[in-house]
Amino acid sequence: MYKKTQQCLDRASLLTSESLEGARVIRAFSRQNEEIDEFKEAVDDISENSIAVGKISAILNPVAFMVMNLGIVAVIWFGGKRVDVGRLTQGELTAFTNYMTQILLALVVLANLIVIFTKAFASANRISEVFSLLPEENGTVCEIKDEKKAIIEFSSVSFAYAGAGDYSLRNISFSVMGGQMLGIIGGTGCGKSTLANLIPCFYRATEGAVNVFGVNVNDIDNEQLRRRIGIVPQKATLFTGTIRENMRWRKSDATDDEIISALKTAQAWDFVSNSPDGLDTVISQGGKNLSGGQKQRISIARALVGSPDIVILDDSTSALDYKTDLAFRRALSEDLPDTTVVMISQRTTSLKNADKIIVMDEGEAVGIGTHEELVRNCDVYNEIYRSQMNEKGGSTDA
Amino acid sequence: MLKTLKRVFSYAAPYMRYFVMTLAFAALGVSLSLAVPVFIGEAVDCCIGKGNVDFHKLGIIIVLLASMVIASTLFQWLMILCTNKLSFLTIRDLRSDIFCKLERVPLRYIDGHTKGELTSRVINDIEIISDGLLQGFTQFFSGIITIIGTLIFMMVINFRIAIVVVILTPLSFIAASKITKASHDSYMKQSRLRGEMVGLAEEMAGNQKIVKAFVYDKRAEARFDEINAAYGKIGAKATFFSSMTNPTTRFVNGLIYAAVGLLGALGVVGKFPIIGAMTVGKLSSFLAYSNQYTKPFNEISGVFAELQNAVASAERVFAVLDENEVPDDSDKDVLESCDGTLSFSDVFFSYSPDTKLIENFSLDVKSGQRVAIVGPTGCGKSTIINLLLRFYDIDSGKIELSGKDINRITRDSLRSCFGMVLQETWVFTGTVAENIAYGAPDATREQIIEAAKSVYAHGFIKRLPNGYDTVISEDCGLSQGQKQLICIARIMLMDPPMLILDEATSSIDLRTELRIQRAFAKLMEGRTSFVIAHRLSTIKNSDIILVMKHGNIIEQGDHEQLLAKGGFYAELYNSQFAS
Repeated sequence: MYKKTQQCLDRASLLTSESLEGARVIRAFSRQNEEIDEFKEAVDDISENSIAVGKISAILNPVAFMVMNLGIVAVIWFGGKRVDVGRLTQGELTAFTNYMTQILLALVVLANLIVIFTKAFASANRISEVFSLLPEENGTVCEIKDEKKAIIEFSSVSFAYAGAGDYSLRNISFSVMGGQMLGIIGGTGCGKSTLANLIPCFYRATEGAVNVFGVNVNDIDNEQLRRRIGIVPQKATLFTGTIRENMRWRKSDATDDEIISALKTAQAWDFVSNSPDGLDTVISQGGKNLSGGQKQRISIARALVGSPDIVILDDSTSALDYKTDLAFRRALSEDLPDTTVVMISQRTTSLKNADKIIVMDEGEAVGIGTHEELVRNCDVYNEIYRSQMNEKGGSTDA
Repeated sequence: MLKTLKRVFSYAAPYMRYFVMTLAFAALGVSLSLAVPVFIGEAVDCCIGKGNVDFHKLGIIIVLLASMVIASTLFQWLMILCTNKLSFLTIRDLRSDIFCKLERVPLRYIDGHTKGELTSRVINDIEIISDGLLQGFTQFFSGIITIIGTLIFMMVINFRIAIVVVILTPLSFIAASKITKASHDSYMKQSRLRGEMVGLAEEMAGNQKIVKAFVYDKRAEARFDEINAAYGKIGAKATFFSSMTNPTTRFVNGLIYAAVGLLGALGVVGKFPIIGAMTVGKLSSFLAYSNQYTKPFNEISGVFAELQNAVASAERVFAVLDENEVPDDSDKDVLESCDGTLSFSDVFFSYSPDTKLIENFSLDVKSGQRVAIVGPTGCGKSTIINLLLRFYDIDSGKIELSGKDINRITRDSLRSCFGMVLQETWVFTGTVAENIAYGAPDATREQIIEAAKSVYAHGFIKRLPNGYDTVISEDCGLSQGQKQLICIARIMLMDPPMLILDEATSSIDLRTELRIQRAFAKLMEGRTSFVIAHRLSTIKNSDIILVMKHGNIIEQGDHEQLLAKGGFYAELYNSQFAS
């Protein structure tokens, strides 16, 4: 019953947030009255259900009161009989009725406690579910030699998410040398991000081996591995605190010089230095006070602090306009020449200069090579490239 | 505070009968339950000693007692039922009202608030009003009746001892309020720390991947431990103080009880005429009253805390209800037909008076023309939409649609001329068919399918588990591009003379993007359209290009004209080939 009321309330809540979210559309279609009608129906349901539930739960307290007092009545009646035969005095009877009151009050408290305990048990169960989760698997190799050879190497890697019937990645092999740039291109859901997630060992390959720095990633200590990798996620998420604090995520003791140089590479120093508080600018929850492009640039800079060995950019320049994107790519190769770059993108123009491009389609690598090679040999890549070239180099701000 | 209370109760006015019934049942139920101890006392007085029990009288009293208890229970139950009706019906009306208001306030208001915050007012705040104000009120009322009733009964039994009780009562109040003050400060600190803790946990757990990628987990743990330790400390302090309240008031109540017992006993003995005559039975009912008398005081102080909470919520709700609505314009002309022409003349507009945005903007769009709006991200392209659809009103100048000033026609008829597809797509929870028919609720299934087919959406819809009857929502696993196709089909079905389109930037896979391109092209055939454009082909093929920067329209013309001008557009265009 309670559950149903909660469901009704959830529906009203959903309707409210949807209608706020879609305020423009609703007004554009002049459908305010229909929305109001639907909401009214939902709140009618709430009140009907609540009243129905109330009928039952309202019984509890009055009934407790009734049981208590009828108990006292019984005590007096039977007590009276005992007084009559001289087994009980009047004072004892008074004491008896008082004790009765106490016992029954305690019973009411106890009944409420049972309700509290059941709720507590449910909560405790949920907490113990979290505790019983297994921590992330970890490797033991802590020493990583600086190897200039193949920094990232996939050999016949396949991957399926736990519980998923089908493989997300199938039989992928390639290698990238130190300081090179690897591009990954393909449509949504083709496995680009999944592939990138295998490098910092967020997931372990189901089949085949992923080697980073010449060692199988499964054997490397996660902390050691990730300290050497800078990751820029698709969605630029910043944390509450100053820009400086955000920039120190990868390296907790980074100097201002290191931070500024990373911001410069990411084309973010201009607007950071122009804001009155500079590095001390406070980022409010989630970075609401920054534009999408600014957030993305800081998120990029955050991954570059302390020159990581590998940088993974997961379609993370989407909010940058074309000029900024280009300037960033140039700065990246000039400022961090030894860093291996893995760049995921939807645009061929962003990847043109990559040393190697992997073309993904439905979990498979349908082409691996440089831009020129792929234009000649790979149909899928060619199709993407042609369609984008028809637009004369993509778009004005992607 | 009083004003807010009054206003909440004005919402309860239509349900006055439940209110009156609540009060009546409360008075009946409480006074019956209060009479019980008197009869218990009488009953005890029937059992004086061995062989001296008046069973006849006792029997009558017992039957009377039992029926009183049952009747009182019934009344209390009815009272709660009436309160429930009163409060749930009142908040239903309040909720409907605030929702209606949100549909009618200017968009400026909605844009200026976070959606979560407004939703919370509609849902949570109103729930708090129901709990605190309406339910609290009956508790308050029955508390007051209990206090007055017990006082009267006590006075009747023994006036002098009753006075002693009244004099001693403030003691327990003073003790309780002293402790409450001390614990209040700790509670405030505790709730602030709890907020910090939840915030940190949300941020870190919500962004697990980044935390792991940057090996921040240990630092996050350290930060959490620090807050948690402080929370534990302040929590112990707060609990210490608050758990003192109960024993202290009980101690004081116990003292009162003992005093009553002592005085009463002296009265029973009868050696102190100043106390007045007492019997054992009367004493036992007096003791029961003095016990009941103090209980509502604690309850009422609890109600006051909730009341403050509820008033704060009510104020937030009323703040929304007091917002100005978009003025009613049903007396204005209805635009019967639209020929697709549009003109801006000397338009000035800004969101706030201290930052100027659009100044002296003029534009003439002929029927069937395509206007591209171009500029870097965040340059304020949506401002134009806001003005065209009168989500915001211009400061001065004139916008004419089909030769009519848009301020002179009803908003509904203006908006029904436009079809709009934004990049932030909006689908609501409902079936695909319902979503497509949003602008034309009477459309048949055939028409819906026809519209979907013509914008290349039929293919993927057919493959959904239940086809057109699949229930979808914002986060239902449909890709951004698929949702956009549904929105396009929605417009296709509506068949408006004017269009506002927003091209996708990225994160849409290429095949879907091509499909959307074709759908857009199909949609634009023969319609006057405004396109927030990112693709060069769209821009180049437009009749008029508006170049925007920092919210301002800085250049205007067609592709060749703008290139020849060598301004911002030319720079933007040339940068495309720079790689």
